[in-house]
Amino acid sequence: MWILGPIGFTAPWVLLALTLLPILWILLRAVPPAPIRRRFPGVALLLGLKDEEVEADRTPWWLLLLRMLAVAALIIAFAGPVLNPRVERGGSGPLLVLMDASWASAPDWTLRMGRVGQALDEAEVDGRTVCILSASDIPAEGCAFLSAADWRPRLAGIKPAGFAPDMDALSGALATLPDGVETLWLSDGLARAGRDRILSLLQSHGLVSVFETGRTPLALGPLALIDEGVSLPVLRAGNEPQDVTVIAHGTDPAGVARELARQAVSLGGPTTQVIFDLPPELRARVSRFEIEGVRSAGAKRLTDDSLRRREVGLLSVREGGEGLQLLSQLHYLRAALFDKADVVEGALPDLIMANPDVIVLADVAQLSGGESADLLDWVNEGGLLLRFAGPQLAASDVARDDEDPLMPVRLRAGGRTLGGAMSWGEPKRLRPFAEISPFYGLPVPEDVEVNAQVMAQPDPELAARTIATLEDGTPLVTRKTVGQGQVVLFHVTANAEWSTLPLSGLFVSMLDRLSVTSQSALLGADDLTGQSLQPQQLMDGFGTLTDAGTLPPVTGEVFATAHASRATPPGLYQGRDALRALNVMAEGEALTAAQWPSDVPLSSVTAAREHPLSPPLLLAALALLGADLLASLWLSGRLFGARAVPMLLLALALSPQDLRAQSPDDFALLASSELTLAYVKTGDATLDRTSEAGLQGLSDMLTARTSVEPAAPMGIDLETDPLGFFPLLYWPVTADQPMPSAAAYTKLNAYLRTGGVIVFDTRDADVAAFGTATPTGTRLQALASSLDIPPLEPIPEDHVLTRAFYLLRDFPGRHAEGTLWVEASPDTEQAEGMPFRNLNDNVTPVIIGGGDWAAAWAVDDTGFPMLPVGRGFAGERQREMAYRFGINLVIYVLTGNYKSDQVHVPALLDRLGQ
Amino acid sequence: MSDHPAPAALRARAETLATALPPLQARAEQLARALLMGGHGRRQSGMGDEFWQYRPAQAGDPGRAIDWRRSGRSDGHYVREKEWQAAQSVHLWVDLSASMGFTSGKAIPPKSDRAALLAMALSILLMKGGERVALASLGTPPRIGALQLRRIAEGLSQSGDADYGAPDARLFLPHSRALFLSDFLGPIEAIEEAVGMASDRGISGVLYQILDPVEEAFPYQGRTVFTSMGGVLRHETLRAGDLRGRYLERLAERKDHLSRIAHHAGWRFATHHTNGADLPALLWLYEALEGPR
Repeated sequence: MWILGPIGFTAPWVLLALTLLPILWILLRAVPPAPIRRRFPGVALLLGLKDEEVEADRTPWWLLLLRMLAVAALIIAFAGPVLNPRVERGGSGPLLVLMDASWASAPDWTLRMGRVGQALDEAEVDGRTVCILSASDIPAEGCAFLSAADWRPRLAGIKPAGFAPDMDALSGALATLPDGVETLWLSDGLARAGRDRILSLLQSHGLVSVFETGRTPLALGPLALIDEGVSLPVLRAGNEPQDVTVIAHGTDPAGVARELARQAVSLGGPTTQVIFDLPPELRARVSRFEIEGVRSAGAKRLTDDSLRRREVGLLSVREGGEGLQLLSQLHYLRAALFDKADVVEGALPDLIMANPDVIVLADVAQLSGGESADLLDWVNEGGLLLRFAGPQLAASDVARDDEDPLMPVRLRAGGRTLGGAMSWGEPKRLRPFAEISPFYGLPVPEDVEVNAQVMAQPDPELAARTIATLEDGTPLVTRKTVGQGQVVLFHVTANAEWSTLPLSGLFVSMLDRLSVTSQSALLGADDLTGQSLQPQQLMDGFGTLTDAGTLPPVTGEVFATAHASRATPPGLYQGRDALRALNVMAEGEALTAAQWPSDVPLSSVTAAREHPLSPPLLLAALALLGADLLASLWLSGRLFGARAVPMLLLALALSPQDLRAQSPDDFALLASSELTLAYVKTGDATLDRTSEAGLQGLSDMLTARTSVEPAAPMGIDLETDPLGFFPLLYWPVTADQPMPSAAAYTKLNAYLRTGGVIVFDTRDADVAAFGTATPTGTRLQALASSLDIPPLEPIPEDHVLTRAFYLLRDFPGRHAEGTLWVEASPDTEQAEGMPFRNLNDNVTPVIIGGGDWAAAWAVDDTGFPMLPVGRGFAGERQREMAYRFGINLVIYVLTGNYKSDQVHVPALLDRLGQ
Repeated sequence: MSDHPAPAALRARAETLATALPPLQARAEQLARALLMGGHGRRQSGMGDEFWQYRPAQAGDPGRAIDWRRSGRSDGHYVREKEWQAAQSVHLWVDLSASMGFTSGKAIPPKSDRAALLAMALSILLMKGGERVALASLGTPPRIGALQLRRIAEGLSQSGDADYGAPDARLFLPHSRALFLSDFLGPIEAIEEAVGMASDRGISGVLYQILDPVEEAFPYQGRTVFTSMGGVLRHETLRAGDLRGRYLERLAERKDHLSRIAHHAGWRFATHHTNGADLPALLWLYEALEGPR
């Protein structure tokens, strides 16, 4: 191979042909283009005319240049040019292939394995022994130098790990490296402590070359809970602008894994915060965040119970039933916990069975023996029992003489009332919280006043157990720890009866501080002491979660400071009370790109790729020859096809427009500026035309005879068009009509519920009769099965439809026979002396019949009937009745039961007269 | 001209074209009702059978010319005039040379086709009007009737070998009418001579030039060798586009020359393009041959 700059030639001697180009130039230049022979009678007039410019017999220079370029491209293409030719640098001695094999290598793992395979190929040719060493999975026996053929079957077993390589272990493994070893280091592109040491160690043995893929590793940093939701940083080792999408995965309420949220983010610097605006309910269900399209453990962030909401059990107490809601003990608790915690309500045994994080007893004095024992056990195991005082507690003997295990303090009998009509003193305010109090720092509103409270017995431990006091120093909130749990007592009621505390924001903040609603205290590192965490699911380098199997548990102390490593791989660990996640990127870690000394040959995937240039050059030559062909044709006047090109472009520009491509606004404007009758398009062109003509005929008739003057009827596509503009939908049923989609049914049902009327026309005259099944009737059943249709009945004689405008007995269309079905009227008795029953107020949402009315109504452009109806005069009479039915129908749809109300007019007038 | 239509087909097409026109007969009907065999009114007083008008007798009128019956009804003397009726002889010369076989596109008929169609339709029309028609290439005297029509149709189906045709007016009857249908791209002298010879014998007529649209536009580019249809004439150019202006100049000059020839002889001249409609052309020819009214 002959190398010229970045380009090598496999057959350089072909380039000698380039010297022929000047000769070709002279030859081509001398030969004018071949003439066309034309038979032309007008030649008699041409005789004797001379050409004005003589040099035109030479080929134009630009055409020559075009041809020269084409020929040159051909010659160069056949010389086999290769961009970035790989220089085979045969070496000798053993070859060490060192792979970082960390999570950062995972996204382009195939590339790396391809490079390893290539190195094996070369080593096989050169007869070298090879050792492939994965830095994150160092075998105990150290490096084994084997032939390339021995390594090839083992390649598939090498996988990236979900953690960074341990450089100390690596240097230990490399200590026994023989001399004269050449090293190919497949770096993951991240800087690490100890890398320089390894490099110098390897360089002392032999030549080291480094391979990188050039891709910037991406990782997700630790989660932070903020007001808006969840924030987490996207970390990377580069600075180039890049757009990524971060997705939150989790389960929906049914437990099915879904994508819960996604957030596009433009990366600017090494760290970019992504903020997910997740409501607490959704946030609790997130199981992991990941960067879309990056298959690496670093780009996945597992979440644990820190995002989970606490479960609060409220003990249901008998509330008087008649009691107002605002007086309920639990009302303010429910309001405060709403949206922040999962609230479980029920009887105490059920609550303890549910094992919530918090159980609230609001003014519950006495518990049965078994209940208190169970509750005590639950508190001992870490539960938080939150109690509120109240009249019952004040009146009871609980914790009167001895300290109740489920009460933080002993109580004095009766409690006290402040500022009432029968007492001295003013209602008391709160004293600012002491530093030892969990409430320390919360602002105390001026308007929180306490009117009544239960009083704690003075006690040596009282001061230590008090976490909130009134102005006069009496305890308001007391707390004591029981086992691993605690009991907290508010000395006031949970409603606004004794104090205004539950009305204030302070109440919510206090609950928050007591970690009733928040989780922050639960997962503190100090809790881990003494625990052992069992790995549940572990993440490999690609970010795939696999079952942890029987791996030994990790002690809490180790876990608290653990980074993702070989001993503690990233994954989910089950602690005593919560599931904890160990992720690749720990708090405060950042990604830095590896910097290699300049004496280390660094090859990256983009630069290393050999790129044969022959195909593009051949293509270029072909294109040039094509251009030459066109140009030659043009020059010799034979390019008659050129006239077709603009026409073709014009034809493309004027490609048929979609007739339905009108904006929704246009449609709405068209449909709603006038009353418009509408029909459902069935897909049968003839039928749709008949429907349109029928509604046009009916519209004409309405305009002529009534004050209803509809605009031109419109065809409705159930899938795309909104229905709300139309008072009436005429739906002819065909046997092979496609079923509307679910969305269309939703729309139709909404239309029916909001007062729309659909007239189904099976067009078979007798579908309404029982026991017959025509194809259209069967289709109608299928179509209407998903519709919200009330019970139907054959139209009764006194239905409003029979007298909305004309008095009608039957409702012929093109078929004179057939029954009309409408919504069944409520069974009302016909009043004495009244011609009609006092019927319901509703307009029937559906009218079903088979009269083929549209065909009877249909008129052509000139206003004459389109289709024959019946025979002779009787037929015309039938058409007239059909029109009358149509008019009645529209009037009925528009005016509803107005005509029915008219029945009562005589009686009303009668009464008014008296 | 192998693509020439069969005589029967040509006649059928020509009949179709001719039926669309109000035949000469129909328009002459108001005027004359078969005075002479095949004669029709000239719309002027003269020799004939049909009454034309009464006019007051003038000095010089022979006494027997006075219509006594009419004069008896009034004080003056009237002369009864009759309409001049005469059968016309029309000579058609249709260029059948090779140059007429040229066409520039599939959709455009050859010039010869259009010329034959027009000549045939005109013959039918004229014969329906009672005129006698002759085709110059046949050498027969003007005749009327279906046989003559068929002869003309056959004559039009033949084609000549010459590159360009030259009219031959030697056998034309004096005081007849003549129609020359050609592209007139051949030697102008022959045309001038023929027209002069015809006009010397009192023949009036029409020069009707039929051209292909390409011959008017000359849309050629590039190096081209132009040959005549017979291949006798040849002209090579390296840039056909450059010749366009000069060619059009010469064509205009030729037309002007033809127009002048026609004018001097009292003939009429017009140009027709084969991409144009045939019916207006026939109308124009008919009107031109009918002469001024």
